[in-house]
Amino acid sequence: MAAKSSLRNMALCLTAVCLVCAAVLGVTYAVTKEPIEAAAVAEAQASIAKVLPKGDAISEEQTSDAEGILGYYVQTAADGSVSAYAVKSVTGGFGGPLTLMVGVLPDGTVFNTSVLSHSETPGLGAKCTEENSHFREQWKGFAGRLAVTKDGGDVDAITASTITSRAYTKAIAQAVALVKSLED
Amino acid sequence: MSKFSLITKGLLKENPTFVLVLGMCPTLATTTSAMNGLEMGLATMFVLILSNIVISLIAPVVPDKVHIPVYIVVIATFVTVLQLLMQAFTPDVYKTLGLFIPLIVVNCIILGRAEAFANKNGVWDSALDGIGIGLGFTLSLTVIGIVREILGSGAVFGFKFITGDGILAFVMAPGAFLVLGYLMVLFNKLAKK
Repeated sequence: MAAKSSLRNMALCLTAVCLVCAAVLGVTYAVTKEPIEAAAVAEAQASIAKVLPKGDAISEEQTSDAEGILGYYVQTAADGSVSAYAVKSVTGGFGGPLTLMVGVLPDGTVFNTSVLSHSETPGLGAKCTEENSHFREQWKGFAGRLAVTKDGGDVDAITASTITSRAYTKAIAQAVALVKSLED
Repeated sequence: MSKFSLITKGLLKENPTFVLVLGMCPTLATTTSAMNGLEMGLATMFVLILSNIVISLIAPVVPDKVHIPVYIVVIATFVTVLQLLMQAFTPDVYKTLGLFIPLIVVNCIILGRAEAFANKNGVWDSALDGIGIGLGFTLSLTVIGIVREILGSGAVFGFKFITGDGILAFVMAPGAFLVLGYLMVLFNKLAKK
């Protein structure tokens, strides 16, 4: 079974194992680096395409200092005018950060939304990821007051998930506010 | 022990979830649906087989006093490799299991098999042991996942057979404990016969 321990062979053994493992990891990292980046870009592109009107060219990611804004993309029409914005917006949900991609038209109307990442309760708050649900459908072309009905706004909250609904609404409000400030 | 029984003992006599009761953290946390359970089981099996093979090879030359750190480094390496591979080639699976993949390192099944089996047995037997225990773990997680998904969301492997919601508690932590407990009773009752 195991060899007898001495300071020398312990140090040698640990060093050797760590070196080999580091080499294995280095190779794997190098091999997977490109696919991982490609997957991340593809995912970002897909989520942008989902929340914006079809067609026009989309810019590189822009950064902003506004609260909760991770970045945004500008979509320009063929004549060079801005046709829409896709904003990556984050707020605190019920179980952790809730990150959304929000498509906003230059007049501040929401075009569509999509969830990038969340840690909401399965079966309750996590319903905000269900496309075609009433909660998600109401955002298409939404231009009302950005607050849930309980707080005096026009947003229908998900049943039993007011905190998630509020967070979702707040993330959209952040995005709309950013677009309004960019348009001014 | 015959080669065949090395595999089957992981399914029944030494089933890691229902008999050895090891690796409860991923068991409870990832079995919210059948698919999640299956994927977590397969990810663990991948690491288990490779770590069993490597550890059975290096065990004779590793000094006794540092064997735990050496094993942990080996296991952590495989987990990180798996994590990178999943991120690159199955980003959707990585998204649902992401948080739990690094936790495979501390899954006691893997270190447990290294300690209890791989460092005393040959490469071939250790690989078979990894397959057996891995299959047992995968099967257990999938069964728990199926039960929780049926009761909690009214679906099996994502195919919904009722409209509306199931019993929400089963998707959340309390349901995980309940289902695990009852399945453990059932399993041990059936296995005794």
